[in-house]
Amino acid sequence: MTFSIQLTAVDWLAMFGHFLSLSLLAVGGAITTAPDMHRYLVLDKAWMTDAQFVSSIALAQAAPGPNVLFIALIGWNLGLNAGGWAFGLMSALLALLGTLIPSTTLTFAATRWGHRNRERRSVRAFKQGMAPIVIALLIATGWVLTAAHTDTRHDWPLWLLTAVATIVVWRTRIHLLWLLGLGALLGAFGLV
Amino acid sequence: MKAPPPSAALQVPSNRPGSLRDLFWSFTWLALQGFGGVLAVVQRELVERKQWLTRDEFIEDWAVAQLLPGPNVVNLSLMIGDRYFGWRGAMVAMAGMLCFPLLVVLALAIAFSGVAGHPSAQGALRGMGAVAAGLIAATGLKLVGALKSNVMGLRACWGFAACVFVAIALLRWPLVWVLLGAGSVAFAWAWRQLGVLQARGERA
Repeated sequence: MTFSIQLTAVDWLAMFGHFLSLSLLAVGGAITTAPDMHRYLVLDKAWMTDAQFVSSIALAQAAPGPNVLFIALIGWNLGLNAGGWAFGLMSALLALLGTLIPSTTLTFAATRWGHRNRERRSVRAFKQGMAPIVIALLIATGWVLTAAHTDTRHDWPLWLLTAVATIVVWRTRIHLLWLLGLGALLGAFGLV
Repeated sequence: MKAPPPSAALQVPSNRPGSLRDLFWSFTWLALQGFGGVLAVVQRELVERKQWLTRDEFIEDWAVAQLLPGPNVVNLSLMIGDRYFGWRGAMVAMAGMLCFPLLVVLALAIAFSGVAGHPSAQGALRGMGAVAAGLIAATGLKLVGALKSNVMGLRACWGFAACVFVAIALLRWPLVWVLLGAGSVAFAWAWRQLGVLQARGERA
C-alpha cells in the first residue's frame, strides 16, 4: 500500500510515449500489449508493483465496459504511487489517451477508405472472406475463457453455467444482465 | 447448387441513431452492460434491438475492428459513429463507450481495494466470468446464419470456421498468425468466387 515513487515531467512524458508506441502494435486487442507494459512499468522502471499490475487487469476484466480500461487502471495505480488521486486521474488519462490516439486515428482513416471503396472486388473479397473467421473467433473466445478452468472435478459447475448461458443467449431474448446477475449470485454463494 | 445472392450490400438497416445524444447514451448504456466484454451486448442492442446495423454489417465491421490495431470494441464504436454522423459521431460514440465505464472502473478499484480478499467477492467474479464466456460464444453462434449468403459457399465457410476454431481454441496459436494465415486464404477464395459470379453475371 505504501509503495511510493517520484516522477519528473520527463518521466511522465516517457510513460505517455511508451503507451503511444504500443498503440499500433495492439492487433487483436489492447490486452496483447500487456506483457510489454509489464516489462516497462514493473521491471525496467519499477513505477508499480507486480500485484498492482495484475489486479488492474483482473478488475477491469470483471468490471463493465471495454476491457481496454485495464490500461486506465494501470495508469491510476501508477499515479497513486506518485502521490494521490489527482495524479492517479491524470495518469489514468495519459495512459488511456496514449493507447487510443494512434490506433483510433488509423482505424478512422482505414475504415473511411474501405467505405469509399466498398464496391471494389478486393474490399468485398476481404469482407466475405473474413466472415466465417470472425464467427469462429467468437466461439473460440468463449471456449478459451471457459477452458481456463482446467480442474474438471472442481470446475464442472462453471462449465455447465457457461454452457447454459450460451444456449439461453443463443436461443432466447432474455436480458443479458439477468444472466450476469445470476452468475454473480451463484458465485457469491459458492455454488459454482 | 444454387448461387448465393451477389452481395449483402442490398440489405439496409431499418433504423439509425436519432442524434448525437442518442448515440452517446446508447453506447454508454451498452458499455455499462458489458461485464467481461462489450461485444455480446453490441450485437444484442445494435443489431437485434435498435437495428442500426444488419447482421452482415456487424460481421464486416467486427472483422475490420479485429484486424486493425487498438481495442476492438472502441474501434467498432468509432466506425458506427462515423457512419451515421461523420467524425463527430465517431468521437461521441467512443466517448460514450469510455467515459462512464471509466468512472465506474475507478470507483470499483477504490471500493474493491477493501473487499478484494473476500471469498464471496471472488466467487461472484468467477460466476460472472463463466456467464460472460457463454455470452461471447452465443454471439458467434447467432451469426452463423449470415454465412448462408456468403459468396464462398457454405461448405468453404464451415471449413474456414473449423480451422480457425481449432487453431485458436485447441492449439492456442497466436491470433495475428491465424488471422493472417486463414484470412489470406479466405480472401483469395472469396476473390476467385466474386470473379466467377461476375463472369456469370456478364454472360447472363
